[in-house]
Amino acid sequence: MGLKLYGLPMSTNTTRVMACLHEKGVDFELVPVDLFGGENRQPSFLAKNPLGRIPVLEDGDLTLFESRAITAYVAEKFKETGTDLLRLQNPKEAALVKVWLEVESHHFDPAITPIMFEHFVAPILGKTPDQAAIDASLEKLGKVFDVYESKLSCTKYLAGDFFSLADLHHHACTHYFMKTPWASFVNDRPNVKAWWEGISSRPAFMKVAEGMTFVEKK
Amino acid sequence: MAAIRVHGTPYSTAVARVLTTLYEKELEFEFVAIDMKAGEHKKEPFLSINPFGQIPGFEDGDLKLFESRAITKYIAQEYADKGTQFKCGDSKTAAIIGVWTEVEAHQFDPVASKLTWELAFKPRYGLATDTAIVEENEAKLAKVLDVYESRLAQSKYLGCGCITLADLHHLPNIHYLLGTQAKKLFDSRPHVSAWVDAITARPAWSKVLALQKQQG
Repeated sequence: MGLKLYGLPMSTNTTRVMACLHEKGVDFELVPVDLFGGENRQPSFLAKNPLGRIPVLEDGDLTLFESRAITAYVAEKFKETGTDLLRLQNPKEAALVKVWLEVESHHFDPAITPIMFEHFVAPILGKTPDQAAIDASLEKLGKVFDVYESKLSCTKYLAGDFFSLADLHHHACTHYFMKTPWASFVNDRPNVKAWWEGISSRPAFMKVAEGMTFVEKK
Repeated sequence: MAAIRVHGTPYSTAVARVLTTLYEKELEFEFVAIDMKAGEHKKEPFLSINPFGQIPGFEDGDLKLFESRAITKYIAQEYADKGTQFKCGDSKTAAIIGVWTEVEAHQFDPVASKLTWELAFKPRYGLATDTAIVEENEAKLAKVLDVYESRLAQSKYLGCGCITLADLHHLPNIHYLLGTQAKKLFDSRPHVSAWVDAITARPAWSKVLALQKQQG
């Protein structure tokens, strides 16, 4: 029995996991979840994830939620195959990967997700985007990208001269961000731009990018 | 000079998160006080440890790290054979511990740290608490703690049957919130309340509180 991933191809948290599975060359079945129909609030789904969110990974009798816990599990379980995402053979490199994973979680993600919501999701929900919220988030994101610009002048990727899970976790939201009017935040920073072009052209990301289109509620 | 150095102030929730892990692991370390009022964390040489200008900064020999949860995970891995074991089972259990560690980071912390700021820190600095933010976040915290209540009815600690980083990461915010009106959210849920009692009673946490008193 193979891996089952409950989620949707345009969801950033789902694509975060799918990109990781592709980097590892691991097969899985994507089981769509009808968010618009409230499937994630049904008891059968809440039994898998009490937070009622996608994605959820089932590996035999193991059920996991929180996309970054799922990617960490996949990267560890399949550490001998595919891309080396955790650098476990080198304790110092592994520690630096942990640092930049947390940077994505605690600096990048909180700055970028309000922009994702206001620009892509609010209109689908019939709401007017909150420009003040977008502006506040852009200011934070700019400061994060300034740190990245400086770091990426010293190393090719965030944790070092090697691609890692820390870089991978950035792909999903940045992919959508580049479709907003504020792509200059990346394009005007040469090191960040080069890093983005490098990671977004990886075959694993090209595969998930195909499904990353926001669809109008039917 | 000790190989392990922690830079910051022990009152900071992020610094306390690292300190409690070091005490649980029974590791020797040097505490380097950072003068927050003077903005020492926003200048060199601190920025060379953390380019985001936030505490804690951490050194182990020539390895420099930042982000409290990266530091605790590094400590747990590098010093796996010392002190508290932070695990109870195989890789499947480790995966479940990983889930609840992320729940703390993405569901609990964003809400709890807003409440800690409004209810515990602002009064100390003579700033006015924003009651709208408190109300909004108490409601969100209640929903998160409902999930914890169900989880802790099945499992003694969040990740498994013994204490792990998934539990410890909560300590600094919970400690502050127990001194505020938000205490009721923990007390009113019996399994959450028992879990809070267990984690706040850890001798390692008492050492963090002692260091806070000592550093004044």
